[in-house]
Amino acid sequence: MAKVVAVTGNEACANALRQVNPDVCGIYPITPQTDMMQRFASFIADGKVDTESILVESEHSSMSACIGAAAAGGRVVTATSSQGLALMWEMLHIASGDRLPIIMPVVNRALSAPLNIHGDHSDAMGARDTGWIQIWSENAQESYDNTIQAFRIGEHMDIRLPVMVCLDGFIISHSIERMEYLEDDEVKKFVGEFKNFLPLLNLEKPISYGPLILTDLYHEYKRAQHEVMTKVKDVVLDVAKDFEKMSGRKYGLFETYRLDDADIALVILNSAAGTSKDVIDTFRDKGIKAGLLKPRLFRPFPYEEVAEALKSVKAVCVMDRADSFGGYGPLFMEITSALYHIKERPVLINKIYGLGGRDYLPSHAELVFNELNEIAKGAKVKNIKEYIGVRE
Amino acid sequence: MATGLTLKELSKKEDRLTHGHRMCSGCGAPTVVKMVLLATDYPVIASNATGCLEVSTCISEYTAWKIPWIHTAFENAAATLSGVETMYRSLKKRGMIDKEIKFIAFGGDGGTYDIGLQSLSGAMERGHDMIYICYDNGAYMNTGIQRSSATPLGADTTTCPAGSVIPGKLRSRKDLTKIMAAHNIPYAAQASPSHWMDLMKKVKKAHEIKGPKFMNILSPCNRGWRSKTNDSITLSKLAVNSCYWPLYEIEDGVTKITYTPKEKVPVAEFMKPQGRFKHLFAPENEWLLKAVQEEVDKEWEKLQKEAKCG
Amino acid sequence: MKPKGWKDLAPGAVVLEGGSAVNFKTGSWRAFRPVWKEENCIQCLFCWLYCPDMAIKVKDGKRAEFDYDFCKGCGICALECPGKKGKKAIEMVEEGK
Repeated sequence: MAKVVAVTGNEACANALRQVNPDVCGIYPITPQTDMMQRFASFIADGKVDTESILVESEHSSMSACIGAAAAGGRVVTATSSQGLALMWEMLHIASGDRLPIIMPVVNRALSAPLNIHGDHSDAMGARDTGWIQIWSENAQESYDNTIQAFRIGEHMDIRLPVMVCLDGFIISHSIERMEYLEDDEVKKFVGEFKNFLPLLNLEKPISYGPLILTDLYHEYKRAQHEVMTKVKDVVLDVAKDFEKMSGRKYGLFETYRLDDADIALVILNSAAGTSKDVIDTFRDKGIKAGLLKPRLFRPFPYEEVAEALKSVKAVCVMDRADSFGGYGPLFMEITSALYHIKERPVLINKIYGLGGRDYLPSHAELVFNELNEIAKGAKVKNIKEYIGVRE
Repeated sequence: MATGLTLKELSKKEDRLTHGHRMCSGCGAPTVVKMVLLATDYPVIASNATGCLEVSTCISEYTAWKIPWIHTAFENAAATLSGVETMYRSLKKRGMIDKEIKFIAFGGDGGTYDIGLQSLSGAMERGHDMIYICYDNGAYMNTGIQRSSATPLGADTTTCPAGSVIPGKLRSRKDLTKIMAAHNIPYAAQASPSHWMDLMKKVKKAHEIKGPKFMNILSPCNRGWRSKTNDSITLSKLAVNSCYWPLYEIEDGVTKITYTPKEKVPVAEFMKPQGRFKHLFAPENEWLLKAVQEEVDKEWEKLQKEAKCG
Repeated sequence: MKPKGWKDLAPGAVVLEGGSAVNFKTGSWRAFRPVWKEENCIQCLFCWLYCPDMAIKVKDGKRAEFDYDFCKGCGICALECPGKKGKKAIEMVEEGK
């Protein structure tokens, strides 16, 4: 039986981890993630889990220790944000290159400088090429559900890759929402026993992790790593199916909202999708066919499926809560790549919003939908990329 | 204690670092690793910082390690191994593993004194049951002999070259063994492959102590030291006998000198066969050579006092 | 041997066979060859201990021949050899001479 609770995103994720009871957890504070690992540390201290924690001296060591623990052979988790993820950057590649299914909630936060502790997607977007699976979450419920599903995805014997579960800093990590917890037993059963793959702790078969590979084979190893990513989509969908059976909650590669017959649409990640959905309803009431696509699986990116979902839309705005200075927003680049191969494709524009926790308001979405509506009627695109909610 | 440390008996053991590794001819590091593993009478898992030892012992599908081994990056051999050790404890607690396993991290001086110091300090403070072994050759040898904080005063390296104005490194070595001892770990020691019995006894002792242990072991590098390929043992002996590299241990805060040279030889005897110190024997650099001797004398005196107090 | 393609590789580049470096011979690196003179050998085993390349065979605690497949010819064994009555049990000889 599901239990209805009012909790923060951090608390929800901490509880998902409690229900999974991993073997090892790397713990290091960073706003706004701190509270998640703090709660998990309390679960350890109170004997609610028997996980061994490693209270590291930096995120670099956290990921290093998680890699060591995962290679040793067992279920490993940690969590981070922003500068912490940036400090881990080197090790993120090693976790995926070594094919170690470490599960890590990332509480999205802006990157310094200037220093800012609030939510945007610069951190995880910066880690998109590290070989990790990335799953994004709109609210506390999705953060919780995605964290649980991440174990099944990353640990799948055909996959064995690390997974980031992304949720918006403060907006989700610290806001209290109504959501449903699954029963501990249900989660345990759903996630299952950890299956070992190539454990260092197997003394009978001494193996070496982390060789030097030069021009003769490196290219081949990377090709092989890409191949694994191509198998992730199916696993994500299979796991979602099982999850739906247990929870009644449906997940896919992305979520669409009133998109089927839409003339204009937003593509937007995480918490801002909720605000956008409300605005879409008001536009629909006015007879304007507005819709939305909210990516869930960002790495690997489901290009074909996204293209299929957006192909009939006349004008699309891709909303980026991160920037590539001197380039388009990272999500925009993915969506344009996805749509390029379609002959009759929507007109695309890119808005950068909400950096460093700047509020994303219904009025922002209204502005964008009004512009899209004009474009759909034939108006010219003035600027492909623009900042919204920014003072002149 | 009955150590079983006769070469005859030791030679019957299996090599856990095999031949076929690609360390330079005459390198000190494989001998150090060999001695450490010979003194380890337990199943053991090793981690390795990026460096000469790592790149030369595990290339493509050739690994020289007959024990489970992991390399992840340069600065984190201690953190990585702390993860392996924690998973071991977790699985042991959960009844999924019952064997007693030991854990050893290997890092060069660059990976230990410099870039890996934070990771090492963290792992030691957390109390993981492991030995961290620094094989100290006094520079970043893998990238081509760049200065590290273990590079001795006066040495010529590619980033502190002996030039016409600046005669090599003008800073002294960081005293890493003491820094590690200051973590109040149960055991920290310094050893040299020339004194193999002393080295192996220290490793054996370290294995029997629960918690974090640190050993700093001199590891001659004939490329970086610009010496002959055959003199790694001879030079490490001179390093010990000149008190450039004193052999001692700090157990539970008590310092003990484990070997006192019968006759303390001038440090110049250790330095003379090495090309990296050649410029110090020119008349204009006599002051620097003198400074090196004074420093060695001062540190040796200090150590002796600490040993008496301890 | 045909070089491996990307489908033939171990996941995560893990080296699955411990000690597989024994299949990589390093003897060709050698410029000088150590020659063992058994008559001068006192079986101290220092050569075995100090050899960085594990290239000195030992049987039942007694020194046997060099493993020339792996000896890189550094000469540490010859230098450290105490020999018998001032006569070394290991001599270095230039390869090809």
